Amino acid sequence: MSYVSGTPSILVEGLTKSFGDVHALRGIDLSVPHGTVLGVLGPNGAGKTTAVRILTTLLRPDGGRAVVEGYDVVRDAAAVRRSIGLAGQSAAIQEELTGRENLEIIGRLYHLSWPRARSRAIELLDQFGLSDAADRAAKNYSGGMQRRLDLAASLVGQPKVLFLDEPTSGLDPRSRLGMWDIIRSLVADGTTLLLTTQYLDEADELANEIVVIDHGLVIAAGTAEELKGRVGGDVVEFTVPDRSRIGDAATAIAKIGDGEPHADAETGVVSIGVGGRGSDALVDAVRGLDAAGVETHDLALRRPSLDDVFLALTGHAAEEEDEPSGRRRRSRKRRGGQGSGKEAERTAS
Amino acid sequence: MTAVAETLGAPDAHGEPSLRVRFGWAVTDTLTITRRNLLVWMRVPAYLMFTVIQPVMFVLLFRYVFGGAIPVHSPGGYVDFLMPGIIGQSAAFATFGTAIALAQELKKGVIDRLRSMPMARSAVLAGRLVADTGRMLVTILILIAVGYAVGFRFANGWLAAVAMVVLATVFGLAICCISAYTGLAIGDEESVQAFGLIWLFPLTFLSSAFVPIPTMPGWLQAFANNQPVTYVINTMRALALGGPVAADLWKSVAWLAGIFIVFLPLAVRAYRRAG
Repeated sequence: MSYVSGTPSILVEGLTKSFGDVHALRGIDLSVPHGTVLGVLGPNGAGKTTAVRILTTLLRPDGGRAVVEGYDVVRDAAAVRRSIGLAGQSAAIQEELTGRENLEIIGRLYHLSWPRARSRAIELLDQFGLSDAADRAAKNYSGGMQRRLDLAASLVGQPKVLFLDEPTSGLDPRSRLGMWDIIRSLVADGTTLLLTTQYLDEADELANEIVVIDHGLVIAAGTAEELKGRVGGDVVEFTVPDRSRIGDAATAIAKIGDGEPHADAETGVVSIGVGGRGSDALVDAVRGLDAAGVETHDLALRRPSLDDVFLALTGHAAEEEDEPSGRRRRSRKRRGGQGSGKEAERTAS
Repeated sequence: MTAVAETLGAPDAHGEPSLRVRFGWAVTDTLTITRRNLLVWMRVPAYLMFTVIQPVMFVLLFRYVFGGAIPVHSPGGYVDFLMPGIIGQSAAFATFGTAIALAQELKKGVIDRLRSMPMARSAVLAGRLVADTGRMLVTILILIAVGYAVGFRFANGWLAAVAMVVLATVFGLAICCISAYTGLAIGDEESVQAFGLIWLFPLTFLSSAFVPIPTMPGWLQAFANNQPVTYVINTMRALALGGPVAADLWKSVAWLAGIFIVFLPLAVRAYRRAG
């Protein structure tokens, strides 16, 4: 991995961890320079959370080594804890207490004096736009406010390194954007950030470098642009408003691209990689869809997104192994070939 | 980056702070967690209800509904027999809250957050035990007041009465360790609650708490006569009303010591491995 020289803020070498027969981490390497953001991208069960738990001293690795701010996470765990902040996948706050009380208690547990704990709480409530809600019980906060309070709690100790494990999972789009702004401002202050996410656009937005993890292994690393370059071409994408016609649409454009088309039954988005054929492919797509009689919206040629990268790298979509519904969105399921036979016949009728 | 570290208060020459400093932190961290737990307890009406109203209902129920049907040989009648039993039972039941709270904190990631912080690792469990013991003591004192209102009297002097309260509290603390372990080991609120019913109900009801053991069938007597709750409640009853204390007391002490020795390390281990 080619990174800026000098001692990195986070260094991971050959990290392994198994739970019984499940090999959560099968030897991953990471290196995060000071003041930069590493996006760790992967589907559920890829090993992201396990890696974060080891780096934050919550879990002992089976093998390999992890160093945070120069401290080994096993041998110097106490020193690591003085350097880090952690915000996990759910809001780890005491809902019965007010936002202010939550932060004051965390401040006390960081061994700040009472006056300092109080003033730190006020600073953070202000920074996170929670001043008005400071004295309300956190259970009455919206989901986005709870996550902001949780993030604020992780910053009470002014950590040099911050670990955010899926900081926006379960948030509505507006709260996500708000969270992104906050995260950007933290990084601007010089904090090193390791961020895990299943959302490719999130890694694209926030991270300097991205590693893609799948089944406990790093399968790709680089900047968002470098990763996109790996797809090696453009993508034709459009939306099918009538979801029952998705199969027909996929069939209609199957021949214009390099690989199989990908269609998402829920969002109605169909895409296909077209290599360097760009506008020719776009014209073919219009013709094919027209001939099949499928109505489409937003037909466009675009640069590949990280979604496409993930598909190209792993052969499956990033969120395919998503947990039960209710999360933000499901993504593209492979439907490619299956639309051919019967559905094509229906098109003709 | 250099300006950021100053407020942490941790002398950071790569080395650890001194043992004395760390011991001081263990104490203040435990107090902080205790304070937090008591604050939460006061904010949730349901917790207050379980702490206060449920035990009072048990007193009234057994004193006025079942009591008349239960013959006892205590000089003061059933209410005197009942009160030490119900105090012991309430102390044990109060630990439902311990298990549920720890399971919730585990699930919500609160324990992860605390374990990733440079605070004393013992404080979360210690603060939980201290706060819950305090809560338990409040319940016991309320029960004694209600007992007095419905005819219960200590008949063995105030010193023995205090000793009874102390024993009930230590007993509650021992059960608290078991509950803390179950809460952390199971880690799911509903399962913890269901599991609590499975062991706490038999343990407290199949004892001398509410009825004289000789009224039970023989096979049940064999269990009831030889289990810790019976020893503890017999001791409490002897302390409250008079009578021989020694034999039941040392058996109680042995049992309680055994529970602490087994379950405190288990709870600590479950906390360390939490999640």
